[in-house]
Amino acid sequence: MSNPTLSRRGVLKTGAIAGAGVAAPTIFTAQSAAAFTNEPTGSSVTLGFNVPQSGPYADEGADELRAYELAVEHLNGGGDGGLMNTFSSKALQGNGIMGKKVEYVTGDTQTKSDAARASARSMIEKDGAVMITGGSSSGVAVAVQALCQEAGVIFMAGLTHSNDTTGKDKKANGFRHFFNSYMTGAALAPVLANNYGTDRKAYHLTADYNWGYTTEEAVRTSTEAMGWETVGTVLTPLTQTDFSSYIAPVLNSGADVLVLNHYGGNMVNSLTNAVQFGLRERQANGKNFEIVVPLYSRLMAKGAGANVKGIFGSTNWHWSLQDEGSKQFVQSFGTKYGFPPSQAAHTCYVQALLYADAVERAGSFNPCAVGEALKDFEFDGMGNGKTLYRGEDHQCFKDVLVVKGKENPTSEFDLLEIVEITPVSQVTYDASIFGGDLGTCNPGA
Amino acid sequence: MEAIILQILNGLDKGSAYALIALGLTLIFGTLGVVNFAHGALFMIGAFCAVTLSRIISASHTIVDDTQTDFLGNPLKVEVPYVYDWFGQATGDAIIDWAVPLSILFAIPVMIGIGVLMERGLIKHFYHRPHADQILVTFGLAIVLQEIIKYYYGANPIPTPAPSAFTGSFDFGALMGFDPGQIIYPYWRIIYFIFAAIIIGGVFAFLQFTTFGMVVRAGMADRETVQLLGINIDKRFTLMFGIAAAVAGLAGVMYTPINSPNYHMGMDFLVLSFVVVVVGGMGSLPGAVLAGFLLGIVESFASMRVVLDIMPGINQIIIYLVAIIILLTRPRGLMGRKGVMED
Repeated sequence: MSNPTLSRRGVLKTGAIAGAGVAAPTIFTAQSAAAFTNEPTGSSVTLGFNVPQSGPYADEGADELRAYELAVEHLNGGGDGGLMNTFSSKALQGNGIMGKKVEYVTGDTQTKSDAARASARSMIEKDGAVMITGGSSSGVAVAVQALCQEAGVIFMAGLTHSNDTTGKDKKANGFRHFFNSYMTGAALAPVLANNYGTDRKAYHLTADYNWGYTTEEAVRTSTEAMGWETVGTVLTPLTQTDFSSYIAPVLNSGADVLVLNHYGGNMVNSLTNAVQFGLRERQANGKNFEIVVPLYSRLMAKGAGANVKGIFGSTNWHWSLQDEGSKQFVQSFGTKYGFPPSQAAHTCYVQALLYADAVERAGSFNPCAVGEALKDFEFDGMGNGKTLYRGEDHQCFKDVLVVKGKENPTSEFDLLEIVEITPVSQVTYDASIFGGDLGTCNPGA
Repeated sequence: MEAIILQILNGLDKGSAYALIALGLTLIFGTLGVVNFAHGALFMIGAFCAVTLSRIISASHTIVDDTQTDFLGNPLKVEVPYVYDWFGQATGDAIIDWAVPLSILFAIPVMIGIGVLMERGLIKHFYHRPHADQILVTFGLAIVLQEIIKYYYGANPIPTPAPSAFTGSFDFGALMGFDPGQIIYPYWRIIYFIFAAIIIGGVFAFLQFTTFGMVVRAGMADRETVQLLGINIDKRFTLMFGIAAAVAGLAGVMYTPINSPNYHMGMDFLVLSFVVVVVGGMGSLPGAVLAGFLLGIVESFASMRVVLDIMPGINQIIIYLVAIIILLTRPRGLMGRKGVMED
């Protein structure tokens, strides 16, 4: 009988062989042999839904997640098919994507850029997600978009309204369906001029971060072009909860319009405070004092209650639209969940279907092929009328809705009414005005 | 001049909330020696007492209105509050309208109960632990409480308006000889200030003029001697924790019409309230109140455009700047006592 002895060299040799054996599947198949990052090789494909599941936008994130789950159900042939029935492209057959069953993983952005990047990275590296989508903040969208560019996956942005997402921070792997600050200004200003006249003095309260700056600039430029004068602009901290000390100076500023470039909780609080100070009943410069909220969200408007009545703003989509696509989506979502979808839900659902459709048309999950299929893609039947995914900046161009807080709502969902559907030609701009460079598509691997 | 008067009013109003929360924090620190980072959560729970009572009062049953349709084209389901059935629509509307003031009665026992439960169930186990341990456990508790609220009420703000009789604004300008409409201030914010003054006065009177208060003050000064006299000071301190919780809760209830409550509102006030306590002087009740109003007024003035034009961003740091200056010149705070947190 031999007496085996352990030598240092023997242990090293054995360890090296065992290590190479364990590492081989990852090194030689997952990376080197793949044509692009997370190339699906089995019978399923994994999508990554990166939405705020905690933090102040958790309710909006929950609605995004509902929409994604509905989209996955429809892509896999379940339910009533949703917008696949009205979508002008007929590439999707309800058999998954390119015959592969759609599965998904979720991440929590927490509406924080670092947390959102970490959850996106985890979904790409650990779960093998071939596409990342979602979010309720421009800061998060820009951060995750940059990560997806580095990682070599497609990013289909959720709710992000800053010009920068498809402006100075645009990336070849990133695509945005949602509208932006410029479009809000271009759509809203003529409606404001029609309703309030061209001789107005505006005072802006602006959230002190990227989205606030671009929205203030867009609304200011558009309204000044209509003849309005801007008498004051004040940046408010993102963490501000009581806006009384910012509202009070408006009373003696000579302004007769207050523009609240705030979103989410900021918007709810600043609008509530402005109404408390009697601005809606006030007369200034011989006119009724008016308040404007450039970007509306129905979910957030609910928090402001009756204070939104009669106040103008803009939105990407609204459940009361009567085109076939919108009616179909409201029917599908409402039947499944019992209430109408938000604009965040709509844009996320549409993004998931647009990605799947692009893969089918490209005949590949390769992000560069998918990107080519999305570039300059024109479609209809998704709830916003005819839409173009412009190749120069990966921004969708479609009609923009100008809305107003409803005076006599019939239900808790019936908060906004559409006052004008601004044609896409009025909100289209030259892609070069916001700078930035798409760069080249990165397939990763 | 009008702008200055308006900002003083704003400062007094903001300071009311800071002072009420800081008062509770100081009561707990002064009696139990505990640095309670869950105090902001108690403010938030108070606000949600108003939301809860508002929902209880508005509880309804459903009837189907065949003449209208919902968003799916089905007959509209209309919610009819039970109070309409019991008292008629006019009286029912009035009861629903007054939900926030009625919540005061609801919140007092609830908040005292939560406070006592918190102290007996968790905080008493940390009396003899370092302040860092107390901060960690109470901060953890605050996160747990806000996540529970978020689970049941969602993340979005919930509108909880003041009674319609108090939704307008009072014209101070006309009263003071200025042009009408130059200095207007919302009725509810004036009520909030008066309410805060009553609560603060009530707490001071309770401590100053009752036997219970006298024993508590004696216990704050020398706990061991009071115990040697055969008085169960722990029991009284537990009740003081409950009272401090009720003060924070009432501040939250009355705050709901000013800003729609959400699960995070306690954290928004917590850090500022601690600054108020430190500036006022650890353990000093009058110091907490004084610092609350002082910092509220300073913060309001720093938000004026004329100030921001000269010093952009000063509004975001002014409170901390003032705190640094005060602590450099008076290390124990405005009215701090020697020996508190100095060992």
